[in-house]
Amino acid sequence: MVKVFIYPATSLILSDMVSRFGHTPLSSAIAVRERIQTAGLESPPLQITPEEPKKGLRWAAVEVPAGVRGRMSLYGPQIEACEAAIIINDADLSFGCMGCARTNELIKFLLRQKDIPKLDLYYPKNEEEGVQFVAAIKRFLDALGGKK
Amino acid sequence: MTPPVRIAQLSCGAEYSGIQHEIDDAAREVGGEIFFPDIALKDIRRDFDLFGLDVRSPDLKLAIARAKALVEGRVEADAVFIATCFRCAEAAIVRNELRRYITEQSKLPVVSYSFTERTTSGTLLTRMEALTTIARRRALLARETQQGITLGLDSGSATTKAVVMKDNRIIGTGWQPTTEVLKSANDVIAHALAEAGITRDDVQAVGTTGYGRFLVGKEIKADLIQEELTVNSKGAVYLADRQHGPATVIDIGGMDNKAISVMDGIPGTFTMGGICAGASGRFLEMTSKRLGVDITELGPLAMKGMGAKVPMNSYCIVFGTQSLVNALAAGSTREDVAAAACHSVAEQVFEQQLQEVDIKEPVIMVGGTSLIEGLVFAMGELLQTKVVVPHHSQYIGAVGSALLASGFIKDD
Repeated sequence: MVKVFIYPATSLILSDMVSRFGHTPLSSAIAVRERIQTAGLESPPLQITPEEPKKGLRWAAVEVPAGVRGRMSLYGPQIEACEAAIIINDADLSFGCMGCARTNELIKFLLRQKDIPKLDLYYPKNEEEGVQFVAAIKRFLDALGGKK
Repeated sequence: MTPPVRIAQLSCGAEYSGIQHEIDDAAREVGGEIFFPDIALKDIRRDFDLFGLDVRSPDLKLAIARAKALVEGRVEADAVFIATCFRCAEAAIVRNELRRYITEQSKLPVVSYSFTERTTSGTLLTRMEALTTIARRRALLARETQQGITLGLDSGSATTKAVVMKDNRIIGTGWQPTTEVLKSANDVIAHALAEAGITRDDVQAVGTTGYGRFLVGKEIKADLIQEELTVNSKGAVYLADRQHGPATVIDIGGMDNKAISVMDGIPGTFTMGGICAGASGRFLEMTSKRLGVDITELGPLAMKGMGAKVPMNSYCIVFGTQSLVNALAAGSTREDVAAAACHSVAEQVFEQQLQEVDIKEPVIMVGGTSLIEGLVFAMGELLQTKVVVPHHSQYIGAVGSALLASGFIKDD
């Protein structure tokens, strides 16, 4: 069983696929709903306090906006703990979405820096690409081993 | 019970910065209620494309879609609060464009703010109060003449001012540096009443504003306790006799600055604050002290100098003072240094705050610093316009309070 960081971290579909292949998904696991009545697309748990952006200083300097550092206090430890990563670029909002582009750039960069198995692919635009997309994820997760 | 003012929040990063509850608290404190316009995922894609600002952050796309929903009336609100992370360039562009878009396309009052994790509800309170006042008290703000005998008190961070007005005329004033808040207030009130030749019992209504407004207001049983953004706007257009049409009010204060875009005496958009004391009246106070002149002499001194001869950037009050000391040590004249200090403060306000409001003529400068003519001249040069400084401009908050308080005079 491998700890797999998924990007976008809010993607329930991706989280589910990783679990089904016997691995542990590292994600925020917050559903993106059809209607959005919260502040952001990936509104955080309520226990986010002004302390979190300070904890985020480990991954982003003080001149980086507080929202980035607050997010990094959640995702930074997961990135450090992960043993594999799946990165989906330009995902549709309904697939899973993280609200801040600067945080997203940093997360993807930190994952790409790590010497771990990675799958880095684009979100499919049609059915054919969709089939290839799922197959690529399946192949990647299979290759990681783990219990099905 | 009065229903709360519904304030639509358009934001990016407030929750992850850990300050969402501070925004909620500030709104609640002044009878407001923050809500997030409810929109569908498909609306985000459509509205974001239609708006045409190609940003990358999904939460900014969400903010854009929500702004369109408000302007098009698909979601109802009384006011709008736009907030994004400080130091995020992408968010700053969206914040400014949304503020402009909502102001131009709707009648909703808007406040925009960039926050850090250190933002508190106290910092937001005055802005929220102004927002709810504009939304709720348009009738009160529509007042154009003062009636009866009223007292206005401005308990500011640096100075406390009082004004007594009778039948649309100022008949008494009082001014002193703020030390003990209540004592300073009582002293200036006593002075203003003595000058007017009346007693406290003759006063029919009282209004307070400024940082100490709640404490003093409670003590002197004020009929109106009101933040300085709306009060100063009213006071400025009243004193400058520009009550109708657009105007821009600039108040460079002792602790923070206000830039307010006004229409018919009612604030439309405004900014409040400043990055550092280097952009406030404090820096000019320090400059006059270092130059060995009274603050009242700084303006005339600056008018005799050439600011361009002295490199000075008071982005930070410490570095600004360093530039000042270096310039004097290098042989610059006091006149040139005084002019450079005025230019530097004006430039900070111009760069940091005036870019966030729509500058419309006439530009009216008020507050104690408006008496420093070197500063007014520097601001006029930067804005390429003649800045209006009305008579009694240093009493602006007190005059605005006295004017608005007359709406509370009870008919016998």
